[in-house]
Amino acid sequence: MIWVNIIIQGILVGGLYALFAAGLSLIFGVMRLVNIAHGDFIVAAAFLAWVVVQATGLNPLLSLIIVVPLAMAFGYALQKWILNSTLGKDILPPLLVTFGLSVILQNGLLEVFTADSRKLNAGVIETASFPVLPGVAIGYLPLLQFIVAVAVIWGLQYLFYNTALGRAFRATSDDSETALLMGLDQRKVYAWAMALCMGVVAIAGVFLGVRSNFDPFMGPGRLIFGFEAVIIGGLGNLWGTLIGGVILGVSQAIGAQINPGWQVLAGHLVFLLVLAVRPKGLFPRIDG
Amino acid sequence: MSDILLSVENLEAWYGDAKVLHGLSFELKQGEVLALIGSNGAGKSTLFKSICGLLQKKTGRIAFKNEVITTLVANAIVAKGIALVPEGRKLFPSLSVEENLILGGNVGRKGPWSLQSIYNLFPILKEKRNAPSTSLSGGQQQMVAIGRGLMSNPDLILLDELSLGLAPIVIKDIYDMLPKIIGNGLTAILVEQDVTRALASSQQFLCIQEGRISLEGAPHAFTKDQISAAYFGM
Repeated sequence: MIWVNIIIQGILVGGLYALFAAGLSLIFGVMRLVNIAHGDFIVAAAFLAWVVVQATGLNPLLSLIIVVPLAMAFGYALQKWILNSTLGKDILPPLLVTFGLSVILQNGLLEVFTADSRKLNAGVIETASFPVLPGVAIGYLPLLQFIVAVAVIWGLQYLFYNTALGRAFRATSDDSETALLMGLDQRKVYAWAMALCMGVVAIAGVFLGVRSNFDPFMGPGRLIFGFEAVIIGGLGNLWGTLIGGVILGVSQAIGAQINPGWQVLAGHLVFLLVLAVRPKGLFPRIDG
Repeated sequence: MSDILLSVENLEAWYGDAKVLHGLSFELKQGEVLALIGSNGAGKSTLFKSICGLLQKKTGRIAFKNEVITTLVANAIVAKGIALVPEGRKLFPSLSVEENLILGGNVGRKGPWSLQSIYNLFPILKEKRNAPSTSLSGGQQQMVAIGRGLMSNPDLILLDELSLGLAPIVIKDIYDMLPKIIGNGLTAILVEQDVTRALASSQQFLCIQEGRISLEGAPHAFTKDQISAAYFGM
């Protein structure tokens, strides 16, 4: 029964990893931009939520009502005024600029919030759970986190395939010059994509902050988990990203059970294994 | 002067440092079909890209409906009423046939063309509307590309190499549809490798050679020899 419990907990943590990864996958899918600062944005969102909670006294989960729109506005502006000018045939400039942003964010957060680790306190939901089998209990918070992850992925998937904005994302990703002939300004389309990405980042940041302590230097680690979930699931496939997150979560849980020091290592090993056996991930996007 | 839809004056255009167009000037009247002929590399597609705003490195003056559009970008120009059906069709592979068409109408211009009228023109597209655009045959893909251009309800449509890569029978089908496409007063510029077909479908022609106009006028005003001399520069 202990293994059933481990796998269930791993699946639920996978939801958080899928949240880390969804924005990354979205941005890469729409504009082929690899955002090195993605993990730092997640941490910055957690700090933003902390500030909002301190100022308003809201429950961190409710603070999303404020944090998500702020993050989206920031994402739109970031893309419009900084990242758009780095995009072109060469993939190096956006990589370098987001690397620079990562350094700036980490040090900026350190300057403002110090190196002390913090946590968002969501109250009783953090520890409450319900039994499902003898010896197996599901926590409300991990369950909520997983449900939100599925809802976010479903929402992005729906938006991509059933709305005018999604059509614009796909068309611009296919061929931005021809999209221009349809009246689609790629800079605006990209700005909306980044706004959406930052909305998801805000959700990921709040769940990260509620689940564990966070400090200004946690970003790169979250970026790696996000990357691994995207690659395991297959680039450009959002449901694949969710499954990638779950596989990563379960691998880490099993690794931790064998030896507490192996938690992160087990995730990396499974990632490398998938990369060696299926370099395009388990569920790559099927084109045409 | 009001029936002049498009006027191009002393247009020069560059790809990087290479000058491709050397001072082109011509006018196009409302409702006219102009054939643009010339050998490969003469500058036909460059002229199209300059008119629709995809090529920014240019000098001279392009006016559309008496408004200067030389410095406008492509997404603004399509909203003014110029649609390009690009060479090689350039459909969006991750969009279905219907989504490609809907995107063509993205600028929201009013006019005779809608999904329904495109489906009336090309009934096969209605049957295949949910199929990925890349799963269609070349001829059907060309229909989608034309339909997508028409969906913006343009006043001027630029048709670039409609017959490229298509079987002769399919080319004939497409050209048989041309009167229906440009029949209701739509102004068009037609680029075509098949000179005879292009001249037969137009009232005026413009022959370009190495970025300069080498001959222009009504197709029947010149002999075949005169036109081929202008085409090949002999």
